[in-house]
Amino acid sequence: MLVIKNLKVEIDGKIILKGISLEIKAGEIHAIMGPNGSGKSTLAAVLAGREFARVTEGTVTYMGKNLLEMAPEDRAKEGIFLGFQYPIEIPGVSMVNFMKTAVNEHRKHKGLEPVSASDFLKMMREKKELVEIDSKLANRSVNEGYSGGEKKKNEIFQMAMLEPRLAILDETDSGLDIDALKIVARGVNKLKRPDNSAIIITHYQRLLDFIIPDVVHVLFDGRIVRTAGKELAHELEAKGYDWIKRDMDKNDQS
Amino acid sequence: MEKDQDKIINDITTGEYKYGFFSDIETDKIPKGLSEEVVRIISAKKNEPDWLLEFRLKAYRHWLKMKMPAWANLKIPPIDYQEIIFYAAPRNKPAYEGPDSIDPELKRTFDKLGIPLEEQKHLAGFAVDAVMDSISVKTTFRETLAESGIIFCSFSDAVKEYPDLVKRYMGTVVPYTDNFFASLNSAVFSDGSFCYIPKGVRCPMELSTYFRINSANTGQFERTLLVADEESYVSYLEGCTAPMRDEHQLHAAVVEIIAEKNAEVKYSTVQNWYPGDKNGKGGIFNFVTKRGMCRGDNSKISWTQVETGSAITWKYPSCILRGDNSTGEFYSVAVTNNYQQADTGTKMMHIGKNSKSTIVSKGIAAGHGQNSYRGLVKVMKNATGCRNFSQCDSLLMGDKCGAHTFPYIEVDNQSSIVEHEATTSRIGEDQIFYCNQRGISTEDAIGLIVNGYAREVINKLPMEFAVEAQKLLQISLEGSVG
Repeated sequence: MLVIKNLKVEIDGKIILKGISLEIKAGEIHAIMGPNGSGKSTLAAVLAGREFARVTEGTVTYMGKNLLEMAPEDRAKEGIFLGFQYPIEIPGVSMVNFMKTAVNEHRKHKGLEPVSASDFLKMMREKKELVEIDSKLANRSVNEGYSGGEKKKNEIFQMAMLEPRLAILDETDSGLDIDALKIVARGVNKLKRPDNSAIIITHYQRLLDFIIPDVVHVLFDGRIVRTAGKELAHELEAKGYDWIKRDMDKNDQS
Repeated sequence: MEKDQDKIINDITTGEYKYGFFSDIETDKIPKGLSEEVVRIISAKKNEPDWLLEFRLKAYRHWLKMKMPAWANLKIPPIDYQEIIFYAAPRNKPAYEGPDSIDPELKRTFDKLGIPLEEQKHLAGFAVDAVMDSISVKTTFRETLAESGIIFCSFSDAVKEYPDLVKRYMGTVVPYTDNFFASLNSAVFSDGSFCYIPKGVRCPMELSTYFRINSANTGQFERTLLVADEESYVSYLEGCTAPMRDEHQLHAAVVEIIAEKNAEVKYSTVQNWYPGDKNGKGGIFNFVTKRGMCRGDNSKISWTQVETGSAITWKYPSCILRGDNSTGEFYSVAVTNNYQQADTGTKMMHIGKNSKSTIVSKGIAAGHGQNSYRGLVKVMKNATGCRNFSQCDSLLMGDKCGAHTFPYIEVDNQSSIVEHEATTSRIGEDQIFYCNQRGISTEDAIGLIVNGYAREVINKLPMEFAVEAQKLLQISLEGSVG
């Protein structure tokens, strides 16, 4: 589904990603872990199409297409969803209006008619239950005045509405208490299908207690330094990122 | 980030102005320039009674002594009044098919603007007075309205047919000495709309005036006089457009509203004059005096304006709240993109006891646009128990535009409460990206964000026009974010 080859990225002249390669197949969940500043969010930003992150080398192929040539909205309509680490507030735009516009853009892309008002409301109701968010939320402005936990749940709610092929969750677990974390994880698990994939970017292992990844990558200083199964997350939790660092230094010396 | 910002700003281009066409219509023009002679010619062309000519001449002589006001936060290039044509009237072809027939070219023009002049074709529930350049070319539904005793006609017809009403009310809210542009208008106004709603009548349809400037080098100076007698109600809407031209054209109108006891008037404007090109060349100078008088107790006047056009807007629809318990409202969205400038707002003069006013102003500045809110809330000594709430918000796009707020508050008694709130925000790149990431294009994202921001005001418009206004807002800002 997604093939990244030797991806190098800089922001304001500073090299952040120093040659990343990874492949995600349909149905897989990949976790990307790593300390702060290792380039995790930059990777998410590049995949979603933020312009400030400049690709200097490498390729990203998504569903057989050159992802880097696609506009952000086209990537979204082709099924890439980014769960933001810091969801953005849009005052005056109601969640209903926002989602309806987004859903209809996706439908238009697929050659479908706009969704009817009653179907849309039904869909909203169902998906809201999935992430256990307040039903009043729909009438509020996008993310405005939401608590940290509500914002994150709202990201998962939007994901549920848009049914992406590839979901990228950028530190969706940060700032969540354990109950909210479970709700978010349950949402992600319920949306899992054999034909869709997810990239879970996280600093901590605890989210991965609830969302079991197929593959775990450790990103360190702009490079993927370890790739293994789900047990890697536990090892990291037990030994800390310093372990990786020491390990790398050792390798450098040998 | 810096680079992105620059890119966004540099990518500014104007959206297409849809109404910029010119219609080739045979026009009766007088030579350019302004003098007492010109004032007399205009009056003579309209076969006006002496009292009206006197009014014009007094205004003209007063205007000669006045200076162009300089207090607005606007950069206005000098206007040469000797270069303006003060009267240009489409020549009606001889009326073979009866008195209601009009020039087919005129009809086509208004069809193109979405304002059909045949009653059967028109939006149900709307009556229109269509004004092209200096004269009213057609008023629809006059007869239907007359059945309820409502007078809705061109100002010129009103002078002929209802001189007493015109005489009684004209200049009572905006006297000919009021300000530079009002005095100029009083001297040279050529037409406009007149409306009178009799006692106890609720006007069964929306009344509207559509202003079109067509001829080159002309100014448009029209007057609207709207009288709502006791216990009556009317909702009135005006729209305006002009061809794209490289030179500026002056539009200096006067609108007077009188609301008697228990009457209510709702006046909405969707102003879409040609704004000039993206480098600030051309466009209309929209220097307008609009004022309503809540004369009677419990009367109410509500102004709603969506200002997207004009190179420069200088406009303060105001309310004189003379009646006890009277209410004044002002809801405004003003957009300035490219090199547009707007200095707009309102005055709420509380004279009656327990009078109330609400001001909601939403400024949107993009490109190099400069957007100022200017408002005065004045509560007189004897106007006890008054209430005002003002909210002035500004939305900025990019870093080359400006938003300014000049609120003046003068309260001369202890029992009145005046509140003022203001916010300034910016359409952020991250908001746009958030929308993009959900599959919404940048243009649609701006439309969504701007309409969300302006929702409170748009909701006050009659429904059909709210939809139009939403589209217009989006078009006006097209290309303002890269």
